[in-house]
Amino acid sequence: MVRELTRRSFLGQGAMVGCSLAASPLMTSASFAAAPGQNRLIVIILRGGMDGLDILRPWGSAHLTTLRPSLKSAASDAMMLNEYYGLHPRLAALKPMWTSGELAFVQSVSTPYRDKRSHFDGQDILEAGTSGSVAGVQKDGWLNRMLSGLPGADATTAYSVGLGDMLLAQGPAEIRSWSPQVDVVLSQQGYALMQHMYQDDPALAKSLDQAVKLAGSDGDQALFEDASDGMMAAMDIQMGDAVQAGNKAHVKIADFVANQLAGDARIACFSLGGWDTHRNQKNALNRPAQQLADTLTTLMAGLGAAWKTTTVMCMTEFGRTAAENGSKGTDHGTGGMMILAGGAVRGRKIYGQFNGLDEAALYKRRDLMPTDDVRRWAAWVIRSSFGLEASFLERRVFPGLDLGADPGVLL
Amino acid sequence: MSFDSILAQTRFGFGPSPLVQGPESAGAMIATLKGADRGAEMFAIPHYHENMAQLAQFAHLTKQSRALRRDGKETVEVDRQMRVLNRTMAARRRKWIRQVLMRATWSEDALRERLGLFWFDHFAARGKRRDYAWMGAPYVETAIRPFISGLFEDLLISAVTHPMMLHFLDQSVSLGPNSRLAKNQRVKGKKRGLNENLAREILELHTLGVNGPYSQQDVRQLAELLTGLVGDNVKGTQFQAGRAEPGAEAILGVTYGGSRRDGLRDIEGALRDLARHPSTAKHLARKLATHFVSDRPSDDLVTEIEWAYRESGGDLSKMYLAILTHPDAWRVDVVNTRRPIEFVGAAFRALAVPPESFISWSAKQTRTIIETPMRLMGQDWLRPPGPQGWPEADDYWLTPQGVAARLQWALAAPMHLVEDLPDPRDLMQTALGGRASERTVQAVNAAQNRQEGVALVLMAPQFQKR
Repeated sequence: MVRELTRRSFLGQGAMVGCSLAASPLMTSASFAAAPGQNRLIVIILRGGMDGLDILRPWGSAHLTTLRPSLKSAASDAMMLNEYYGLHPRLAALKPMWTSGELAFVQSVSTPYRDKRSHFDGQDILEAGTSGSVAGVQKDGWLNRMLSGLPGADATTAYSVGLGDMLLAQGPAEIRSWSPQVDVVLSQQGYALMQHMYQDDPALAKSLDQAVKLAGSDGDQALFEDASDGMMAAMDIQMGDAVQAGNKAHVKIADFVANQLAGDARIACFSLGGWDTHRNQKNALNRPAQQLADTLTTLMAGLGAAWKTTTVMCMTEFGRTAAENGSKGTDHGTGGMMILAGGAVRGRKIYGQFNGLDEAALYKRRDLMPTDDVRRWAAWVIRSSFGLEASFLERRVFPGLDLGADPGVLL
Repeated sequence: MSFDSILAQTRFGFGPSPLVQGPESAGAMIATLKGADRGAEMFAIPHYHENMAQLAQFAHLTKQSRALRRDGKETVEVDRQMRVLNRTMAARRRKWIRQVLMRATWSEDALRERLGLFWFDHFAARGKRRDYAWMGAPYVETAIRPFISGLFEDLLISAVTHPMMLHFLDQSVSLGPNSRLAKNQRVKGKKRGLNENLAREILELHTLGVNGPYSQQDVRQLAELLTGLVGDNVKGTQFQAGRAEPGAEAILGVTYGGSRRDGLRDIEGALRDLARHPSTAKHLARKLATHFVSDRPSDDLVTEIEWAYRESGGDLSKMYLAILTHPDAWRVDVVNTRRPIEFVGAAFRALAVPPESFISWSAKQTRTIIETPMRLMGQDWLRPPGPQGWPEADDYWLTPQGVAARLQWALAAPMHLVEDLPDPRDLMQTALGGRASERTVQAVNAAQNRQEGVALVLMAPQFQKR
């Protein structure tokens, strides 16, 4: 991939520039790319409504255990971040990230969506980035609109990764989409025959070549010498893989994203599901929490040196009720939480205004009170990462948003 | 350039089958379409109301669960019953997907199947709640399929007043700002009001088209006229006068309703007028031409279809006949890309997948070999991405991801579909007739085994297009 991009960029830049720079061992392929700077942004949509109060537990509040009798487990010292807050036990792998100042939380934030608490509407509004209560009118996502204002962005800058379209990435700006769950498994000869056949159809030929390249860059072999048993096995496994190995899909996605962003790409988005914990939350939250931890550690490992200039921003459509319900779970709420990770983050901090869990301080005496617009934090992350104009962010990316003062979440 | 059976099957069906005869003329295709629905007889999908017992059970369990949780009581038993119901309906949903593919495989009336897909796309709706999410296929079966060869206005009324659409586009929560109910609620301090979602999409997507001669004022007035129209999976479509905005509404200069409102009839009157509008004729004509012939149809083709509609008072079968008798329909260069459901359907048909084994596939097989691969190809079928349906543009589908997913499926799925893979050269002859290019023939002949040979046929540029 890297070699390929160097060659393409070399040709694109013209021989004069190419000759002098290409000879220099200091020039990496990324230096050639049109990509806007070194900063990287990964947006993860946590679908289903993440319970921020269980991910980042406010043990300091006397109300926590009374509101949630069946969710309480003794606050373990190892998971405490400070005297007030402790992490969910399945996020143990993130503790070192916190300690090294690369993990932060933004408490009590939400989209402007209120009261109906539907996943469908809530996610649409989060991804459309609009302030209105009806997202139906907005058919593109804020990440796409942001890209359209990013100087130097091209078709290799941004990726939407994983199964299914993300509204977040939809719109006129070109964002590549790829799901590492797709695996091309082809014999060398089969590939050659397809290329032969596709000389009739350049568009198909181009897509096939890119597909083989992308499939080869996500950890599995794409091309086999011959149609051997190994290839047959790989293929049959993969038919089932897309579904059966769903448990590991997030790691493949994180690996793929890290690979692309360590190279030419600068922006990626994908989703993690499973946060809708209406029942037996004590067990139900383990899986998504573990997946989130795996995802972030995989990104960190895969990005290598590029982790230093990376911000991972995790957002959810809404939080959950402050009190547990009759099935030992929590229902759809309002105030939620944003999670920030990466070397570019001013971490080891809990941002945002937390009004506490006293019934009178809750939204509608029920949900965590949202005290700020989550889009404002996203906008400042974007502004700090890519230097976009405030007016562009307030008018185009998040129409109607007031950016307010810089919360200073990035270094 | 005139009627050609292979082209007819390719453009207007799922391609040729080794066992099912192709049509003999354009007239025969229309006559078959207007005849009995043999596909529905052979491979039944129950109508919406035939699932009433399950829908009622869902409503009942939801209510129970809410009440128990409100009182802080255990919901274990209700949860268990809900899981059983969910499993039952998930299995049915997958069975219906298999029936749709069997119709594509075995129908002598493939045009009807393609039109079913086309009009489901035009009236795209998806469930936002679990009970609706189960019901995509019955929605098509009940609200769309019986109306695809009659008057467009009947199809329009049927689709947009169906509970699925009223749910999807939020009509069921819309409330006239001056309705009785709104006034009562204001007294109680609640603020709810008009929802323009359905009205806007009727004008923009279903009838006049985005460039049609309507304004925001027309959207608003239509939304007000639609108040009172609500749908429910158990009670069906209803008109609740208490939700309706009082007074007359003017849409494109015509006044509906008035002091004595006859709810549904006023709404139907407005929908019929919108269906008969010349802009609707133009919008539908271009959409049909784009879908069945080319992303860039000739003006002449569009005009012919448009006039067939206008002269017949909106008879859809007259539009289809106009396409089938136009020279553009018989051009030999086939350029539109098959969507995933059409690609999979065409492969099923070319392979003549036998119903005996396929019908009884498990939910897991269906998910692994049909549903997930189609999502990877970009079409989570029965779950359209929005009210505008899936994009028509060819390049939307043939992205690296889309091509990779098709290739993966073409290599791995066929051996699960038929007992013995066919000789790739025979399959090529069946599926493409004389349409295979020289390079395709060379590649298929050079394949090192049946599996790759079959995949090459299915991935041939000529197979990817219709």
